[in-house]
Amino acid sequence: MSGGLPRRIIKETQRLQAEPVPGIVAIPDDSNARYFHVDVAGPKESPYEGGVFKLELFLPEEYPMSAPKVRFMTKIYHPNIDKLGRICLDILKDKWSPALQIRTVLLSIQALLSAPNPDDPLANDVAEQWKVNEAQAIEIAKQWTKRYAPSQPMPS
Amino acid sequence: MNSEDDLFYNDDDSAHEMDDDDDDFVEMGIEPEPTSTNEKTDVEVFLYEVLTTEQIVQHMVDCIKEVNTVVQIPATTTRILLNHFKWDKEKLMDCYYDGDQEKLFLEAHVISPFKKTPNAKKRTTRATSAAVAASVQQEVTCEICYLALPATLMTGLECGHKFCIQCWTEYLTTKIMDEGMGQVGTISCAAHNCDILVDDATVMKLVKDPKVKLKYQHLITNSFVECNRLLRWCPMPDCGHVVKVQFFDSKPVSCNCGHIFCFACGENWHDPVRCMWLKRWIKKCDDDSETSNWIAANTKECPKCHSTIEKDGGCNHMVCKKCRFDFCWVCLGPWEPHGSSWYNCNRYDEDEAKKARDSQEKSRSALQRYLFYCNRYMNHMQSLKFESKLYASIRLKMEEMQQHNMSWIEVQFLKKAVDVLCQCRQTLMYTYVFAFYLRKNNQSIIFEENQKDLENSTEHLSEYLERDITSDMLVDIKQKVQDKYRYCESRRKVLLDHVHEGYERELWDYLDSA
Ligand SMILES: [Zn+2]
Ligand SMILES: [Zn+2]
Ligand SMILES: [Zn+2]
Ligand SMILES: [Zn+2]
Repeated sequence: MSGGLPRRIIKETQRLQAEPVPGIVAIPDDSNARYFHVDVAGPKESPYEGGVFKLELFLPEEYPMSAPKVRFMTKIYHPNIDKLGRICLDILKDKWSPALQIRTVLLSIQALLSAPNPDDPLANDVAEQWKVNEAQAIEIAKQWTKRYAPSQPMPS
Repeated sequence: MNSEDDLFYNDDDSAHEMDDDDDDFVEMGIEPEPTSTNEKTDVEVFLYEVLTTEQIVQHMVDCIKEVNTVVQIPATTTRILLNHFKWDKEKLMDCYYDGDQEKLFLEAHVISPFKKTPNAKKRTTRATSAAVAASVQQEVTCEICYLALPATLMTGLECGHKFCIQCWTEYLTTKIMDEGMGQVGTISCAAHNCDILVDDATVMKLVKDPKVKLKYQHLITNSFVECNRLLRWCPMPDCGHVVKVQFFDSKPVSCNCGHIFCFACGENWHDPVRCMWLKRWIKKCDDDSETSNWIAANTKECPKCHSTIEKDGGCNHMVCKKCRFDFCWVCLGPWEPHGSSWYNCNRYDEDEAKKARDSQEKSRSALQRYLFYCNRYMNHMQSLKFESKLYASIRLKMEEMQQHNMSWIEVQFLKKAVDVLCQCRQTLMYTYVFAFYLRKNNQSIIFEENQKDLENSTEHLSEYLERDITSDMLVDIKQKVQDKYRYCESRRKVLLDHVHEGYERELWDYLDSA
């Protein structure tokens, strides 16, 4: 098993390409098959609608026994995502199960954009703003989306 | 073939499935275990036992058996239930008989052992060779490795989530070796969002590597001790003993390795300060240690000639090797006034503090106040470490005295003197933690007087044992040493009694801001 890419990763990569998740593009790096360049479209009716967010996803040596490492590369105003793009999501930490996949992880991240959770914050200042004045926080998130995540036509 | 027999307790269930493995001598709840433990008693009759790792495992097995004599479920499930109730047997029994059993199993994250029909069980054990052959041909894809494998290679818990054996093994190994299972002592099913716990028998069956098995048993034992209020590991590194008490209290306990610690918090025995304040203090010291690197300072400059002086003994009376200046290590003032009855090094001068507050920012004076207490605390701690050297030199002295016609028993007073010195240093150390959080009132003034007296008499004893003893006539030494340590003992008793009385009568006020 050492050296070569595990069957599981090969299969997952093939399936991601063959049956892509709507609104998500994940392409393995040319030089490293464990490293993925990811584009996630902001979900409809969320403050991130119209934006496209770049993420990096890395499958560590222990994958799938350990969770993939995922990080936002595009700046985003979200109570569960910090300045460095790190994501507060249970399935990436203690709730990780080897039966989860890259696909389910990315879907969960997309869902997190639709439903921010300021009660379990990673970015404290953002979460505070979200609780104190939600309307204003959403406004800021929209502005950031326009500024940092300008929409390009998604490659199909 | 059964790998369950590696497990340190035997599972009822698996014992039945084993055909002739002839290790059914461990029947649940029969033999009364005459464990040889040495009961220890301290002055206030605080009963406790010191157990070895083997005894602690046996104790855990006994707890499981005891429950199993009443509750007829597999032992491996019982451990999960007991773990869920922090090993409170009574609570488990109460919930089992008075409450909703289904709810109990649900909350403990196990499938009720009564749920599976006996028929289903028989069917699996009686699987004919034809049925096996049929299922071999039926391939299933494992959702972890994506390999299509014969159904017989798939396994899982009662929840029905099946993965291939190799993936299970890898999953459990990762959990045990990398994540250490945390404090909880359990591993949940590999499926997403399934919180059913893997029982020990299954872990032992699926994990093959003896190193991983051993680590698993360590983790189980550790979680048993950690979540049991009546047990505590000896905090000495590599000791491996556990102290078992009859009721939880903040009391000194003495391990077989010789270490004496507080049962409630695991720190060195810290009378007169209470666990809670000591905990705060230690946290504060940890937080501040990076900014206050003076704590590590083991050297000071001679206040007169500025040559570097290293503290080489517990005594605070320093003599500069270069210029022969006598000074106090704590305040750097001349030693002369200290040597008489007046010893002015033990308390933070409130007037001085007020002046400091006027001229400097509040935070700055708070820091100075802290540094004052911390300095004294660290100083006694340092001295305490040096006293171990003193034991060696005293032993030589004792041998010398025995050569001068004194019996072994007659010279024991010297060892006793060092014991008392160490006790006093330790008490003094913690008086500064107590004092740091203490709000000034009439009683705190009496306390500070007592502290001053104890500190003074302790320094006298220390100085005598370290230095003057060499110049005295052997016949005089015994009387002098005994007088000094008895005085120290009495001062220590006065101080501790006063603080304890204050606790009882609620005389102490605390500074919450400190
Ligand atoms: Zn598998
Ligand atoms: Zn499950
Ligand atoms: Zn010990
Ligand atoms: Zn304590």
